[in-house]
Amino acid sequence: MRYSALAILRQVLNGHRGWGPAWRDPEPQSDYDFIVIGGGGHGLATAYYLAKEHGAARIAVLEKGWIGGGNVGRNTTIIRANYLLDGNQPFYELSLKLWENLEQDLNYNAMVSQRGILNLCHTDSQRDAYRRRGNAMMFTDSGAELLDAEGVRAMYPFLNFDNARFPILGGLLHRRGGTARHDGVAWGYARAADQRGVDIIQNCEVTGFRIENGKVLGVETTRGYIGAKKVGVAVAGSSGRVMGQAGMRLPIESHVLQAFVSEGLKPVLDGVITYGAGHFYISQSDKGGLVFGGDIDGYNTYAQRGNLPVVEDVVEGGMAVMPMIGRTRLLRMWGGVMDMSMDGSPFIDHTGIEGLYFNGGWCYGGFKATPASGFCFAHLMATDRPHEVATGYRLDRFKTGRMIDERGAGAQPNLH
Amino acid sequence: MIINHPLLGPRDASEFTYLGDASLIDRPDWQSETAQDEFHDYVYLRDNPAGTHRELWFHEQGDRSWLVVTRNTLTHEILATELARDVARKMGRGK
Repeated sequence: MRYSALAILRQVLNGHRGWGPAWRDPEPQSDYDFIVIGGGGHGLATAYYLAKEHGAARIAVLEKGWIGGGNVGRNTTIIRANYLLDGNQPFYELSLKLWENLEQDLNYNAMVSQRGILNLCHTDSQRDAYRRRGNAMMFTDSGAELLDAEGVRAMYPFLNFDNARFPILGGLLHRRGGTARHDGVAWGYARAADQRGVDIIQNCEVTGFRIENGKVLGVETTRGYIGAKKVGVAVAGSSGRVMGQAGMRLPIESHVLQAFVSEGLKPVLDGVITYGAGHFYISQSDKGGLVFGGDIDGYNTYAQRGNLPVVEDVVEGGMAVMPMIGRTRLLRMWGGVMDMSMDGSPFIDHTGIEGLYFNGGWCYGGFKATPASGFCFAHLMATDRPHEVATGYRLDRFKTGRMIDERGAGAQPNLH
Repeated sequence: MIINHPLLGPRDASEFTYLGDASLIDRPDWQSETAQDEFHDYVYLRDNPAGTHRELWFHEQGDRSWLVVTRNTLTHEILATELARDVARKMGRGK
């Protein structure tokens, strides 16, 4: 069924009894041309673009839990293209372009809202760095504006401008950035992929790979063996575990990132603000909750919860830049498991095993990348060549000295 | 998390800084023929297990000792703590 105002009106008249399931619940077939492991945003987007852009048929997405229950449901929903380096910025700009047309493309309301992202700066050198970053963003037409303190004050008068340690001197405004409804993205891709014939198989955990003579033949799952010509892995957060089953060690550690939501408030914050000096970012959801987060906890973990010291740290950062949030109550918090890569940048690459492809290492920036990640991974799986904006995301880049060290923190994943 | 320091007793994890996998103690031989590959694996690749993990914690806000902490990455339960110095010596490193 195609969603439209008319479809809603029809359902209103018959008491909403006509809505069907958004996607089928098929039994796994014995073999497929393409299997995508991981039914998160990236895996579903990959399957969708495989079907749509490359005309591929016989595609399955295998998800160990249920659609929307992994990292795609555990993030802070921000979308943006405000990177500096060549290996990154064109990729994230492609992603932003796909976001801008996503709802029309999927026929699904993912609540994409380009409400603007403001990165605050607090020192002259930080302002210079943002000027340079803004120029790099303009090379890809992502749009960037450098504001002075008065410009920031006109937008957000409630910020703490006179903090003794980190006074606000200005900010880099990226108007095309914003937020999207994370669940809506997963559901929209699932529904659109299903309509193009993709089998979305939930409660189907991959327990091993069948690999012979350096070629992948299929995967062992909790619902039996499934053969495949090509297998793509997009299980960020569990990459170490799943690729370990194929005998691979990765330049990745799993860390947890916590995020927080306050009680629902009246509209107070119409954009997204980042406070780099205190490691804090915040936006307000359409339901009114302030959504915010900060640093990762910083040690290996697969537990989808964090520890209290980081909660205190994040809340202190928030109070420092936006004192009024001290008056609101914290409603809930959660942790998502991140593939922290050694240079803070992701991988979309062959694995060296024929027919096996890997997509992961998104650190805590995977959500904004969802459309382009799926688009480029589908391109790689279908054509065996990397998409032109994703040529830098190689697994061997540490061996060849081609790291994409956006933050300049070196080979220590808990610092990215 | 409470880390049971072998010399100082129980300490809050926030006093510590995390370095990563305890395999970092076992540095490859720089004179070996395959040193380049070995150092690549040593610096960049990780086992990243879900379950028992041995890792290095630095008591930065305390006595500045390095510890090897054995921890379950699924539950955050800490199973053992040793001085990194003792672990390195057992492996034949140092005097």
